[in-house]
Amino acid sequence: MSAADTVAPDAVRQSGRWVFATGVALLVLWVLVPIWLLMVNALSSPAEVTAFPKSLIPSFDTGSMAFFFGFGGVLDALWNSVQVAAVTMILAIGLGAPAGYALSRFDFPGKEAFRFLVIMTRAFPLPLLALPLAVMFIRTGLDDTILGLALVHATLALPFAVLITFSLFSGIPVELEEAAWSLGCNRVQAFRKVVLPLAAPGIAASAVFAFVISWNEVFAAAVLTIQNKTLTAFLLQSLDVSPLHLKFAGGAVLVIPALLFIFAVRKYLFAMWGIANR
Amino acid sequence: MPRALPYLLLLPATLFLGVFFLYPFLQVAADSALRGGEWTLDNYRRMASHWKFSTAFWNTLLLAALVVPIQLAMALTMASVVTKLEAGRSTLLYIFAIPLGISDLAAGLIWLAIFEQSGFLNSILTTLGVIDQPVLFLSYQNTWVILLAIVLAEVWRATAIMMVIIVAGMGLIPKEYGEAAEVFGASRWQRFTRVTLPMLKPSLQTALILRVILAFEVFAVVVALGGTQFPVLMGETYHWQFTMQDRGVAAAFAMVILGISVAFTLVILRLLHVPKEARV
Amino acid sequence: MAEIRIRGVAKSFGSFTALHEVDLTIADREFMVLLGASGCGKTTLLRIIAGLETPTKGEVWIGDRRVDGLPPRERGIAMVFQNYAVFPHLTVFENIAFGLRMKKMAQAEVDRRVTRTAELMHIEQLLKRYSGQLSGGQRQRVAVARALAMEPEVILMDEPLSNLDALLRMEMRAELKGVLAASNTTTIYVTHDQVEAMSMADRISVMNGGRIVQAASPVEVYRNPAARFVGSFIGNPPMNFLPATRAPGGWEVAGRLFPGPANAPDRIEFAIRPEDIAPASEGFTATVRVVEPLGPHTLVTAEVQGALFRAVLDSDSLPNPGDRLTLAPVPDRVRWFDPETQKALT
Repeated sequence: MSAADTVAPDAVRQSGRWVFATGVALLVLWVLVPIWLLMVNALSSPAEVTAFPKSLIPSFDTGSMAFFFGFGGVLDALWNSVQVAAVTMILAIGLGAPAGYALSRFDFPGKEAFRFLVIMTRAFPLPLLALPLAVMFIRTGLDDTILGLALVHATLALPFAVLITFSLFSGIPVELEEAAWSLGCNRVQAFRKVVLPLAAPGIAASAVFAFVISWNEVFAAAVLTIQNKTLTAFLLQSLDVSPLHLKFAGGAVLVIPALLFIFAVRKYLFAMWGIANR
Repeated sequence: MPRALPYLLLLPATLFLGVFFLYPFLQVAADSALRGGEWTLDNYRRMASHWKFSTAFWNTLLLAALVVPIQLAMALTMASVVTKLEAGRSTLLYIFAIPLGISDLAAGLIWLAIFEQSGFLNSILTTLGVIDQPVLFLSYQNTWVILLAIVLAEVWRATAIMMVIIVAGMGLIPKEYGEAAEVFGASRWQRFTRVTLPMLKPSLQTALILRVILAFEVFAVVVALGGTQFPVLMGETYHWQFTMQDRGVAAAFAMVILGISVAFTLVILRLLHVPKEARV
Repeated sequence: MAEIRIRGVAKSFGSFTALHEVDLTIADREFMVLLGASGCGKTTLLRIIAGLETPTKGEVWIGDRRVDGLPPRERGIAMVFQNYAVFPHLTVFENIAFGLRMKKMAQAEVDRRVTRTAELMHIEQLLKRYSGQLSGGQRQRVAVARALAMEPEVILMDEPLSNLDALLRMEMRAELKGVLAASNTTTIYVTHDQVEAMSMADRISVMNGGRIVQAASPVEVYRNPAARFVGSFIGNPPMNFLPATRAPGGWEVAGRLFPGPANAPDRIEFAIRPEDIAPASEGFTATVRVVEPLGPHTLVTAEVQGALFRAVLDSDSLPNPGDRLTLAPVPDRVRWFDPETQKALT
């Protein structure tokens, strides 16, 4: 409470509080209402979606959803998305976590150069990587494959994985590891018995983050996949031709896992970004 | 062995970034300057002479110029609200952060549900009696509505990332500084502009760089809402690569996006530079 | 036998030299305290002995093994860390058992040792808890118990009490001393707190600027500082110093003549502890500046010929600022230092 608040008459303070509460409510509505509207569409029958005027309350008809899942190629695209995201997750954490650990625990020549390389990725529009890689993949037989796209997505997710795991490992006191060494552990044992259990939830959160990055990516997916389209590529390329209820059902299917993921990692969002900052 | 250990740990990530980040960018630069195996500026000439190029270029910049300042203001507001709150803080943070997990394509579809002809905006306006029959908002006759819809969708979707970075940054500023300023007579607004904002510079820097570059990459939202009626650079890149199968011109477009991204990154770094000694 | 020998151990971090070729021998079962201000190299030396830091040069021997190339786990040491380093994901029991499990000790023996050390440290009722549920003092006890359970030849302690509040620190000091004396281990204990050092140590190594300035028993370090730094660092308040010049028949200090070292340069320093000064009919003329009644005695800060001069007087004497006192040092407590080398003169 500032000095101004304490001298303000009750009425003024009261109304100030109302303004604040209204502002918060508006911001919350601003975020939630659009999602609600998408869900209304997704949970209405195809006829209701194109009908006019529209109800703001869904009829809980599964028609649109059933149509979407029955549509040729959707299930394959969904499965492709999951696979690409899973491989991305494994690549990003598998490559990123060791680097994050090295950055957090050692001082060595070249450390700053590596950090610079990682930070630099932010200044580049990474989806563009898909263009030259498309050619490289055709040469190596990776074109239109799960792994090929996952490699591009891993490039997007890797810098995050490095910076997030760096902050996670930095949050675990070196003393704990040193204590383990003095109690008979070698480096690997100390990592497995002390660092890993403590970092595991955070690593899981950053893995989820990598998954979401891949799950949501549109441009590279659309450029690099032809037969094995991911859900985003599939939806994008059928935008001109598909009926509205297909689009909205597809949008909902894209959104729902993302909501769950963000919910799962909510505790780490800020810790992750706090250091990823520097 | 211990001396080599950090390098061994960094090796996989470094190799990966070398092969899938550094090399492709060199390749795309080369592609943009090669045509039929010869070094030439042909691709750039073709790109520049195409009637959609300058529209796409200015549309992209216009979108960024509209979206980023609004997002910055909203993100700062959200972050201040969140840090001021005592009860329900984490719930509110979660709600504000939700769009962070939503893809640009999904965001485009969400706002399509609002703006399309049988959409919610038309429904509400008709019910309220403002209009007699649904308007075709997203048509080539109403480019400014398409622009508005894209701006709304972008602001809605990508403010969260800035908000999260700023909240994290605010968390790093010890409360004592604000309290000290208060003791020395600074008002709430003065405390925000004189203490919080300057100390937030490193976070603002990150947030702005990230957002500006993402704004130049705007693609799926535009396609979902405007189709081909609102050309942007990324969309044209996709078009030349995928539909026209002309990698050279696509690469030239990519180089333009890359160029403005790097240029703006440097500008932001310069404008919001904080000497190391002056950091929190 | 766990005698520890440190031979010419030096350590630099880049251009900064943390340790200059230190030599030190710590006897089997001795309680050695490394004492000094922050940045003096005491923690670096401890970490080199532990194997957490690699010396730039020199040798470290524990018993008859040269250990400076060995990882910590092969040195037969246990360590108590400043922030305790109690593993937050393990219960107190598993924390204490951690090192024993690494040795693949039988469960019965693990149980026996954990129970015994927990009882010794009075934490047997906490064995099922996690670190987050413990107070600072309790965590401290777990950290010590975890080290003792290893039954190591050497225990290394890095400022173990510095994070406790004053009362708890005093209590733990006495308790630790008792427990360690009973445990047959060689102890190296790092602290910046001279009271801790004086009260616990068999010997104190006073460190300054990456060197050991003096290694001797607490009384010796206090009574006979080997260097001016030791006199000014140990003792609260520290020693008084006054300039002395050679005069016929001795040394002239603030207008008084004292017998002193024969073999010395012409200008040296006279030193006396504040409690070795008493009011007398003949002595230094001192102008009182500040008077601090401390209960058991009174601390008087005065000026003698422009130099700061402190005296601990009995609690009955309460002079006023501005008063003139005549103060005389106890003759056999006077010490002399060479201002060039900073070393003690005899």
